Amino acid sequence: MSYANTRSKPEIQRPVSNIFILTSLFAALFMNWLPWEGIWLMLRPDFVAVVLLYWCMNKPWRVGIGISWVMGILADVSDASLFGQHALAYTLLAFGGLALHRRLQMFDLRQQTIQVLGIFVLTYAIYTLAQWQINGYVVWAYFLGSLTSTLLWAPLNLMLRAMQQRRAERESRS
Amino acid sequence: MDGTQSFRFFNRGPSPAVRLVFFAVLSLLLMFIDARYRYLESARSAVSVLISPIQRMATIPGILWQQVDDFFITQNAHQSLLAENAELRRQHQNDAAQLLQLQALQSENQQFRKLDELPIRHEFSTQLAEIIYAERNVFKRKVLIDKGSQADVQLGQVVMDDAGIVGQITRVYPWLSEVTLITEKDHAVPVQVVRNGLRTILFGSGDTSQLSLRYMPVSADIQIDDVLVTSGIDGVYPPGIPVAKVTKIERDPVYPFARVSCLPVAGVDNHRQLLILSGMPKLPERPEESPASDAGKHARLRRSN
Repeated sequence: MSYANTRSKPEIQRPVSNIFILTSLFAALFMNWLPWEGIWLMLRPDFVAVVLLYWCMNKPWRVGIGISWVMGILADVSDASLFGQHALAYTLLAFGGLALHRRLQMFDLRQQTIQVLGIFVLTYAIYTLAQWQINGYVVWAYFLGSLTSTLLWAPLNLMLRAMQQRRAERESRS
Repeated sequence: MDGTQSFRFFNRGPSPAVRLVFFAVLSLLLMFIDARYRYLESARSAVSVLISPIQRMATIPGILWQQVDDFFITQNAHQSLLAENAELRRQHQNDAAQLLQLQALQSENQQFRKLDELPIRHEFSTQLAEIIYAERNVFKRKVLIDKGSQADVQLGQVVMDDAGIVGQITRVYPWLSEVTLITEKDHAVPVQVVRNGLRTILFGSGDTSQLSLRYMPVSADIQIDDVLVTSGIDGVYPPGIPVAKVTKIERDPVYPFARVSCLPVAGVDNHRQLLILSGMPKLPERPEESPASDAGKHARLRRSN
Protein backbone atom coordinates (compact mmCIF):
# COMPACT_ATOMS: atom_id res chain seq x y z
CA MET A 1 0.00 0.00 0.00
CA SER A 2 2.60 2.44 1.08
CA TYR A 3 4.74 1.23 -1.77
CA ALA A 4 2.10 2.21 -4.28
CA ASN A 5 1.73 5.55 -2.54
CA THR A 6 5.34 6.55 -2.73
CA ARG A 7 5.59 5.41 -6.29
CA SER A 8 2.63 7.38 -7.53
CA LYS A 9 3.89 10.62 -6.06
CA PRO A 10 5.85 12.86 -8.41
CA GLU A 11 9.51 12.87 -7.64
CA ILE A 12 9.60 16.33 -6.17
CA GLN A 13 7.27 15.30 -3.34
CA ARG A 14 9.07 12.17 -2.30
CA PRO A 15 10.73 12.38 1.09
CA VAL A 16 14.49 12.38 1.24
CA SER A 17 16.81 12.72 4.20
CA ASN A 18 19.60 15.24 4.47
CA ILE A 19 22.02 12.43 5.14
CA PHE A 20 21.17 10.82 1.82
CA ILE A 21 21.78 14.07 -0.04
CA LEU A 22 25.09 14.67 1.70
CA THR A 23 26.25 11.10 1.13
CA SER A 24 25.44 11.30 -2.55
CA LEU A 25 27.37 14.57 -2.90
CA PHE A 26 30.43 13.21 -1.14
CA ALA A 27 30.25 10.00 -3.15
CA ALA A 28 30.31 12.18 -6.27
CA LEU A 29 33.41 14.02 -5.00
CA PHE A 30 34.99 10.63 -4.32
CA MET A 31 34.28 9.51 -7.88
CA ASN A 32 35.84 12.71 -9.23
CA TRP A 33 38.97 12.18 -7.17
CA LEU A 34 39.66 8.64 -8.31
CA PRO A 35 43.01 8.47 -10.09
CA TRP A 36 41.81 9.13 -13.63
CA GLU A 37 44.60 9.54 -16.13
CA GLY A 38 45.25 10.36 -19.75
CA ILE A 39 42.32 9.73 -22.07
CA TRP A 40 40.15 8.64 -19.15
CA LEU A 41 40.68 12.02 -17.54
CA MET A 42 39.42 13.67 -20.71
CA LEU A 43 36.37 11.42 -20.80
CA ARG A 44 35.64 11.61 -17.08
CA PRO A 45 32.14 12.90 -16.43
CA ASP A 46 31.89 15.54 -13.72
CA PHE A 47 30.01 13.45 -11.14
CA VAL A 48 29.61 16.37 -8.77
CA ALA A 49 27.95 18.48 -11.43
CA VAL A 50 25.53 15.70 -12.36
CA VAL A 51 24.52 14.98 -8.75
CA LEU A 52 24.19 18.69 -7.94
CA LEU A 53 21.97 19.21 -10.94
CA TYR A 54 19.84 16.24 -9.93
CA TRP A 55 19.21 17.65 -6.48
CA CYS A 56 18.72 21.21 -7.69
CA MET A 57 16.05 19.96 -10.02
CA ASN A 58 14.29 17.57 -7.67
CA LYS A 59 14.73 19.25 -4.31
CA PRO A 60 15.11 22.90 -5.26
CA TRP A 61 14.45 24.12 -1.71
CA ARG A 62 16.99 21.82 -0.12
CA VAL A 63 19.97 21.98 -2.42
CA GLY A 64 20.56 25.25 -4.13
CA ILE A 65 23.14 27.76 -5.10
CA GLY A 66 24.82 27.98 -1.68
CA ILE A 67 25.55 24.26 -1.40
CA SER A 68 26.73 24.15 -5.01
CA TRP A 69 29.15 26.96 -4.27
CA VAL A 70 30.58 25.11 -1.28
CA MET A 71 31.04 21.95 -3.36
CA GLY A 72 32.77 24.08 -5.97
CA ILE A 73 35.23 25.38 -3.38
CA LEU A 74 36.02 21.81 -2.29
CA ALA A 75 36.59 20.84 -5.92
CA ASP A 76 38.85 23.87 -6.41
CA VAL A 77 41.07 22.97 -3.50
CA SER A 78 41.32 19.35 -4.51
CA ASP A 79 42.52 19.96 -8.05
CA ALA A 80 44.55 23.08 -7.32
CA SER A 81 42.64 25.35 -9.65
CA LEU A 82 42.03 28.94 -8.63
CA PHE A 83 39.71 29.54 -5.70
CA GLY A 84 36.27 30.14 -7.16
CA GLN A 85 36.71 28.59 -10.59
CA HIS A 86 34.64 25.48 -9.99
CA ALA A 87 32.52 27.46 -7.54
CA LEU A 88 31.46 29.92 -10.23
CA ALA A 89 30.71 27.12 -12.69
CA TYR A 90 28.63 25.16 -10.16
CA THR A 91 26.78 28.30 -9.06
CA LEU A 92 25.58 28.82 -12.60
CA LEU A 93 24.80 25.14 -12.94
CA ALA A 94 22.62 25.30 -9.85
CA PHE A 95 20.86 28.40 -11.13
CA GLY A 96 20.20 26.62 -14.42
CA GLY A 97 18.75 23.67 -12.53
CA LEU A 98 16.55 25.89 -10.35
CA ALA A 99 15.32 27.95 -13.27
CA LEU A 100 14.45 24.94 -15.39
CA HIS A 101 13.20 22.52 -12.76
CA ARG A 102 9.50 23.03 -13.48
CA ARG A 103 9.96 22.58 -17.19
CA LEU A 104 12.25 19.56 -16.90
CA GLN A 105 9.87 17.71 -14.63
CA MET A 106 7.33 17.65 -17.45
CA PHE A 107 9.74 15.73 -19.67
CA ASP A 108 10.79 12.11 -19.65
CA LEU A 109 14.42 11.13 -19.27
CA ARG A 110 15.27 11.22 -22.95
CA GLN A 111 13.95 14.74 -23.43
CA GLN A 112 15.62 15.84 -20.21
CA THR A 113 18.97 14.59 -21.45
CA ILE A 114 18.90 16.98 -24.39
CA GLN A 115 18.06 19.93 -22.16
CA VAL A 116 20.67 18.97 -19.62
CA LEU A 117 23.39 18.94 -22.27
CA GLY A 118 22.97 22.68 -22.63
CA ILE A 119 23.44 23.27 -18.92
CA PHE A 120 26.57 21.10 -18.78
CA VAL A 121 28.13 22.72 -21.83
CA LEU A 122 27.53 26.11 -20.23
CA THR A 123 29.14 24.98 -16.98
CA TYR A 124 32.18 23.62 -18.79
CA ALA A 125 32.39 26.76 -20.91
CA ILE A 126 32.52 28.96 -17.82
CA TYR A 127 35.29 26.90 -16.29
CA THR A 128 37.22 26.99 -19.56
CA LEU A 129 36.69 30.72 -19.91
CA ALA A 130 38.20 31.33 -16.48
CA GLN A 131 41.09 29.04 -17.39
CA TRP A 132 41.61 30.88 -20.65
CA GLN A 133 41.66 34.23 -18.89
CA ILE A 134 44.39 33.02 -16.58
CA ASN A 135 46.56 30.79 -18.74
CA GLY A 136 45.77 32.03 -22.20
CA TYR A 137 45.07 28.69 -23.85
CA VAL A 138 42.17 26.30 -24.17
CA VAL A 139 42.17 22.51 -24.23
CA TRP A 140 39.17 21.76 -26.44
CA ALA A 141 39.15 18.07 -25.53
CA TYR A 142 38.02 19.19 -22.07
CA PHE A 143 34.50 19.61 -23.45
CA LEU A 144 34.26 15.85 -24.00
CA GLY A 145 33.54 15.75 -20.29
CA SER A 146 30.28 17.63 -20.76
CA LEU A 147 29.13 14.97 -23.24
CA THR A 148 29.94 12.09 -20.90
CA SER A 149 28.28 13.97 -18.03
CA THR A 150 25.15 14.21 -20.14
CA LEU A 151 25.29 10.50 -20.91
CA LEU A 152 25.58 9.86 -17.19
CA TRP A 153 22.43 11.87 -16.50
CA ALA A 154 19.86 9.14 -17.22
CA PRO A 155 21.57 6.23 -15.40
CA LEU A 156 22.38 8.39 -12.38
CA ASN A 157 18.85 9.71 -12.29
CA LEU A 158 17.44 6.19 -12.26
CA MET A 159 19.92 5.06 -9.65
CA LEU A 160 19.30 7.91 -7.21
CA ARG A 161 15.56 7.54 -7.69
CA ALA A 162 15.70 3.81 -6.98
CA MET A 163 17.78 4.36 -3.86
CA GLN A 164 15.35 6.99 -2.61
CA GLN A 165 12.50 4.62 -3.30
CA ARG A 166 14.11 1.88 -1.25
CA ARG A 167 14.70 4.19 1.69
CA ALA A 168 11.14 5.47 1.59
CA GLU A 169 9.84 1.91 1.58
CA ARG A 170 11.95 0.93 4.52
CA GLU A 171 10.85 3.95 6.51
CA SER A 172 7.19 3.47 5.80
CA ARG A 173 7.41 -0.18 6.79
CA SER A 174 9.06 0.44 10.13
CA MET B 1 10.98 32.68 -12.96
CA ASP B 2 7.21 32.30 -12.87
CA GLY B 3 4.55 34.37 -11.20
CA THR B 4 3.60 31.97 -8.43
CA GLN B 5 6.86 32.62 -6.70
CA SER B 6 6.29 36.23 -5.95
CA PHE B 7 3.28 35.16 -3.91
CA ARG B 8 4.91 33.37 -1.02
CA PHE B 9 3.41 32.05 2.17
CA PHE B 10 6.70 30.90 3.60
CA ASN B 11 9.87 32.79 3.89
CA ARG B 12 12.49 31.04 1.82
CA GLY B 13 15.22 33.65 1.88
CA PRO B 14 16.39 35.68 -1.09
CA SER B 15 15.35 34.62 -4.59
CA PRO B 16 17.62 32.43 -6.76
CA ALA B 17 18.62 35.35 -8.95
CA VAL B 18 19.87 37.34 -5.95
CA ARG B 19 21.76 34.32 -4.68
CA LEU B 20 23.22 33.70 -8.12
CA VAL B 21 24.57 37.23 -8.30
CA PHE B 22 25.91 37.09 -4.75
CA PHE B 23 27.78 33.80 -5.17
CA ALA B 24 28.98 34.61 -8.68
CA VAL B 25 30.46 37.89 -7.49
CA LEU B 26 32.00 36.12 -4.51
CA SER B 27 33.61 33.53 -6.82
CA LEU B 28 34.92 36.18 -9.17
CA LEU B 29 36.36 38.11 -6.25
CA LEU B 30 38.06 35.01 -4.88
CA MET B 31 39.48 34.20 -8.30
CA PHE B 32 40.83 37.70 -8.67
CA ILE B 33 42.44 37.67 -5.22
CA ASP B 34 43.87 34.20 -5.76
CA ALA B 35 45.31 35.05 -9.16
CA ARG B 36 46.77 38.43 -8.23
CA TYR B 37 47.88 38.02 -4.66
CA ARG B 38 48.56 34.88 -2.76
CA TYR B 39 46.52 35.72 0.31
CA LEU B 40 44.42 32.59 0.29
CA GLU B 41 47.10 29.96 0.69
CA SER B 42 46.36 29.39 4.39
CA ALA B 43 42.64 29.01 3.72
CA ARG B 44 43.50 26.59 0.96
CA SER B 45 45.68 24.45 3.17
CA ALA B 46 43.00 24.46 5.89
CA VAL B 47 40.38 23.16 3.45
CA SER B 48 42.87 20.65 2.07
CA VAL B 49 43.36 19.19 5.54
CA LEU B 50 39.59 18.88 5.81
CA ILE B 51 39.16 17.00 2.57
CA SER B 52 42.33 14.93 2.66
CA PRO B 53 40.61 11.86 4.22
CA ILE B 54 38.32 11.53 1.20
CA GLN B 55 41.21 12.18 -1.13
CA ARG B 56 43.23 9.44 0.52
CA MET B 57 40.25 7.13 0.28
CA ALA B 58 40.01 7.81 -3.43
CA THR B 59 43.54 6.50 -3.92
CA ILE B 60 42.66 3.14 -2.34
CA PRO B 61 41.21 1.53 -5.49
CA GLY B 62 44.42 2.34 -7.36
CA ILE B 63 46.58 0.90 -4.61
CA LEU B 64 44.43 -2.24 -4.41
CA TRP B 65 44.71 -2.68 -8.16
CA GLN B 66 48.46 -2.44 -7.90
CA GLN B 67 48.58 -4.99 -5.11
CA VAL B 68 46.46 -7.41 -7.11
CA ASP B 69 48.81 -6.85 -10.02
CA ASP B 70 51.83 -7.55 -7.82
CA PHE B 71 50.17 -10.66 -6.46
CA PHE B 72 49.69 -12.10 -9.93
CA ILE B 73 53.23 -11.24 -10.88
CA THR B 74 54.58 -13.20 -7.93
CA GLN B 75 52.25 -16.07 -8.78
CA ASN B 76 52.84 -16.46 -12.49
CA ALA B 77 55.89 -14.70 -13.62
CA HIS B 78 58.77 -16.30 -11.77
CA GLN B 79 60.77 -16.33 -14.94
CA SER B 80 60.32 -12.66 -15.69
CA LEU B 81 61.16 -11.80 -12.08
CA LEU B 82 64.37 -13.77 -12.28
CA ALA B 83 65.26 -12.07 -15.53
CA GLU B 84 64.51 -8.67 -14.06
CA ASN B 85 66.63 -9.48 -11.05
CA ALA B 86 69.59 -10.48 -13.21
CA GLU B 87 69.16 -7.35 -15.30
CA LEU B 88 69.11 -5.16 -12.21
CA ARG B 89 72.20 -6.84 -10.82
CA ARG B 90 74.08 -6.25 -14.04
CA GLN B 91 72.93 -2.63 -14.06
CA HIS B 92 74.07 -2.25 -10.48
CA GLN B 93 77.53 -3.53 -11.27
CA ASN B 94 77.80 -1.15 -14.18
CA ASP B 95 76.67 1.75 -12.04
CA ALA B 96 79.03 0.86 -9.23
CA ALA B 97 82.00 0.93 -11.57
CA GLN B 98 80.92 4.28 -12.93
CA LEU B 99 80.36 5.60 -9.42
CA LEU B 100 83.90 4.75 -8.44
CA GLN B 101 85.13 6.64 -11.45
CA LEU B 102 82.87 9.53 -10.55
CA GLN B 103 84.27 9.73 -7.05
CA ALA B 104 87.81 9.87 -8.40
CA LEU B 105 86.78 12.57 -10.85
CA GLN B 106 84.99 14.53 -8.17
CA SER B 107 87.99 14.70 -5.90
CA GLU B 108 90.17 15.60 -8.83
CA ASN B 109 87.76 18.32 -9.86
CA GLN B 110 87.60 19.67 -6.34
CA GLN B 111 91.35 19.93 -6.22
CA PHE B 112 91.47 21.79 -9.51
CA ARG B 113 88.79 24.16 -8.35
CA LYS B 114 90.71 24.80 -5.17
CA LEU B 115 93.82 25.51 -7.17
CA ASP B 116 91.87 27.90 -9.35
CA GLU B 117 90.04 29.44 -6.38
CA LEU B 118 86.65 28.75 -7.92
CA PRO B 119 83.80 28.11 -5.51
CA ILE B 120 83.43 24.41 -4.86
CA ARG B 121 80.31 22.77 -6.19
CA HIS B 122 78.08 21.78 -3.33
CA GLU B 123 76.51 18.41 -3.01
CA PHE B 124 72.81 18.25 -2.46
CA SER B 125 70.90 15.84 -0.33
CA THR B 126 67.77 14.09 -1.49
CA GLN B 127 64.52 13.08 0.10
CA LEU B 128 62.30 10.32 -1.21
CA ALA B 129 58.64 11.12 -1.81
CA GLU B 130 55.79 9.24 -3.39
CA ILE B 131 53.17 10.57 -5.78
CA ILE B 132 49.79 10.34 -4.14
CA TYR B 133 47.72 11.53 -7.01
CA ALA B 134 48.17 13.01 -10.39
CA GLU B 135 46.17 16.10 -11.16
CA ARG B 136 42.59 15.44 -12.13
CA ASN B 137 42.54 18.53 -14.28
CA VAL B 138 43.06 18.46 -18.02
CA PHE B 139 44.60 21.91 -18.07
CA LYS B 140 47.44 21.26 -15.69
CA ARG B 141 50.44 19.02 -15.49
CA LYS B 142 50.93 18.74 -11.78
CA VAL B 143 51.19 15.95 -9.25
CA LEU B 144 50.80 15.87 -5.49
CA ILE B 145 53.42 14.10 -3.38
CA ASP B 146 53.23 12.84 0.17
CA LYS B 147 55.81 15.15 1.80
CA GLY B 148 54.85 18.62 2.95
CA SER B 149 55.97 21.36 5.27
CA GLN B 150 56.02 18.79 8.09
CA ALA B 151 58.94 17.13 6.29
CA ASP B 152 60.70 20.44 5.60
CA VAL B 153 59.76 20.67 1.97
CA GLN B 154 60.14 24.19 0.68
CA LEU B 155 58.78 26.17 -2.20
CA GLY B 156 60.92 26.02 -5.32
CA GLN B 157 62.76 22.81 -4.53
CA VAL B 158 63.62 20.65 -7.51
CA VAL B 159 62.08 17.21 -7.97
CA MET B 160 63.72 14.46 -10.01
CA ASP B 161 63.56 10.74 -10.57
CA ASP B 162 66.43 8.34 -11.25
CA ALA B 163 66.86 9.58 -14.83
CA GLY B 164 66.40 13.34 -14.72
CA ILE B 165 64.44 16.42 -13.72
CA VAL B 166 60.70 15.95 -13.25
CA GLY B 167 59.58 19.32 -11.95
CA GLN B 168 59.55 21.85 -9.19
CA ILE B 169 57.58 22.31 -5.98
CA THR B 170 55.07 25.10 -6.37
CA ARG B 171 52.78 24.79 -3.37
CA VAL B 172 53.34 23.32 0.08
CA TYR B 173 50.59 21.96 2.32
CA PRO B 174 51.17 20.50 5.80
CA TRP B 175 51.32 16.89 4.59
CA LEU B 176 51.35 17.31 0.86
CA SER B 177 53.05 19.36 -1.73
CA GLU B 178 52.30 20.14 -5.32
CA VAL B 179 54.86 19.54 -8.04
CA THR B 180 54.58 21.38 -11.33
CA LEU B 181 56.01 19.15 -14.05
CA ILE B 182 58.49 20.51 -16.57
CA THR B 183 55.93 19.75 -19.29
CA GLU B 184 53.52 22.37 -17.86
CA LYS B 185 52.84 25.15 -20.32
CA ASP B 186 55.49 27.90 -20.15
CA HIS B 187 57.48 26.21 -17.41
CA ALA B 188 61.12 27.10 -18.12
CA VAL B 189 64.35 25.28 -17.29
CA PRO B 190 67.76 26.76 -18.13
CA VAL B 191 69.74 24.07 -19.95
CA GLN B 192 72.96 23.41 -21.76
CA VAL B 193 73.71 21.06 -24.65
CA VAL B 194 76.15 18.43 -23.39
CA ARG B 195 77.98 18.07 -26.71
CA ASN B 196 79.06 21.70 -27.09
CA GLY B 197 77.94 23.62 -24.02
CA LEU B 198 75.39 25.75 -25.87
CA ARG B 199 73.18 27.53 -23.32
CA THR B 200 69.47 27.89 -23.85
CA ILE B 201 66.10 27.65 -22.13
CA LEU B 202 63.69 24.74 -22.34
CA PHE B 203 59.93 25.32 -22.20
CA GLY B 204 57.04 22.96 -21.53
CA SER B 205 54.29 22.83 -24.11
CA GLY B 206 51.29 22.11 -21.89
CA ASP B 207 48.95 19.70 -23.57
CA THR B 208 51.47 17.06 -24.64
CA SER B 209 54.39 15.62 -22.74
CA GLN B 210 56.82 17.42 -25.02
CA LEU B 211 59.27 20.22 -24.47
CA SER B 212 60.56 22.81 -26.89
CA LEU B 213 63.50 25.14 -27.28
CA ARG B 214 62.33 28.57 -28.30
CA TYR B 215 64.39 31.33 -29.86
CA MET B 216 67.07 29.05 -31.28
CA PRO B 217 68.66 30.70 -34.32
CA VAL B 218 68.35 28.63 -37.49
CA SER B 219 72.11 28.34 -37.61
CA ALA B 220 72.48 27.08 -34.04
CA ASP B 221 74.64 24.02 -33.64
CA ILE B 222 72.11 21.51 -32.42
CA GLN B 223 71.46 17.97 -33.62
CA ILE B 224 68.92 15.26 -33.11
CA ASP B 225 69.71 13.10 -30.05
CA ASP B 226 71.61 15.90 -28.31
CA VAL B 227 71.21 15.60 -24.56
CA LEU B 228 70.26 18.71 -22.62
CA VAL B 229 71.37 19.06 -19.00
CA THR B 230 70.61 21.79 -16.49
CA SER B 231 73.11 24.63 -16.66
CA GLY B 232 72.64 25.69 -13.04
CA ILE B 233 72.78 29.34 -13.99
CA ASP B 234 69.58 30.37 -12.22
CA GLY B 235 70.55 28.89 -8.87
CA VAL B 236 67.33 26.89 -8.73
CA TYR B 237 68.35 23.78 -10.62
CA PRO B 238 71.65 22.16 -9.70
CA PRO B 239 73.98 21.94 -12.69
CA GLY B 240 74.52 18.85 -14.80
CA ILE B 241 71.29 16.92 -14.35
CA PRO B 242 69.81 15.49 -17.56
CA VAL B 243 66.52 17.06 -18.60
CA ALA B 244 65.66 16.19 -22.19
CA LYS B 245 66.74 14.78 -25.50
CA VAL B 246 66.24 16.50 -28.84
CA THR B 247 63.82 14.56 -31.04
CA LYS B 248 62.95 16.84 -33.93
CA ILE B 249 64.44 19.93 -35.53
CA GLU B 250 62.68 22.01 -38.17
CA ARG B 251 64.82 24.62 -39.84
CA ASP B 252 62.56 26.69 -42.01
CA PRO B 253 64.36 29.71 -43.45
CA VAL B 254 61.07 31.63 -43.48
CA TYR B 255 61.11 31.83 -39.69
CA PRO B 256 63.97 33.46 -37.81
CA PHE B 257 64.08 30.64 -35.29
CA ALA B 258 64.41 26.90 -35.63
CA ARG B 259 61.72 24.75 -34.10
CA VAL B 260 63.28 22.21 -31.78
CA SER B 261 61.17 19.68 -29.92
CA CYS B 262 62.49 17.45 -27.18
CA LEU B 263 61.29 14.62 -25.00
CA PRO B 264 61.97 14.62 -21.26
CA VAL B 265 64.57 12.10 -20.12
CA ALA B 266 62.79 11.45 -16.83
CA GLY B 267 59.62 9.39 -16.84
CA VAL B 268 57.57 12.49 -16.12
CA ASP B 269 54.29 10.63 -16.41
CA ASN B 270 55.31 7.14 -15.30
CA HIS B 271 56.91 6.94 -11.90
CA ARG B 272 55.52 6.77 -8.42
CA GLN B 273 58.69 7.51 -6.45
CA LEU B 274 60.44 10.84 -6.80
CA LEU B 275 63.42 12.55 -5.17
CA ILE B 276 63.26 16.04 -3.72
CA LEU B 277 66.60 17.84 -3.83
CA SER B 278 67.47 20.04 -0.89
CA GLY B 279 70.44 22.01 0.32
CA MET B 280 71.04 23.97 -2.84
CA PRO B 281 73.85 26.49 -2.37
CA LYS B 282 72.72 30.09 -2.10
CA LEU B 283 74.05 32.16 -4.94
CA PRO B 284 75.01 35.77 -4.26
CA GLU B 285 72.21 38.27 -4.98
CA ARG B 286 72.01 39.50 -8.50
CA PRO B 287 73.26 43.07 -8.65
CA GLU B 288 70.62 45.74 -9.14
CA GLU B 289 69.86 46.26 -12.81
CA SER B 290 71.29 49.59 -13.83
CA PRO B 291 69.26 51.52 -16.40
CA ALA B 292 70.67 50.97 -19.84
CA SER B 293 70.68 54.60 -20.88
CA ASP B 294 72.62 57.38 -19.28
CA ALA B 295 69.51 59.51 -19.05
CA GLY B 296 68.16 57.34 -16.25
CA LYS B 297 71.36 57.67 -14.32
CA HIS B 298 71.34 61.43 -14.64
CA ALA B 299 67.77 61.62 -13.51
CA ARG B 300 68.56 59.65 -10.40
CA LEU B 301 71.59 61.81 -9.65
CA ARG B 302 69.53 64.92 -10.05
CA ARG B 303 66.90 63.58 -7.70
CA SER B 304 69.45 62.79 -5.02
CA ASN B 305 70.99 66.25 -5.25
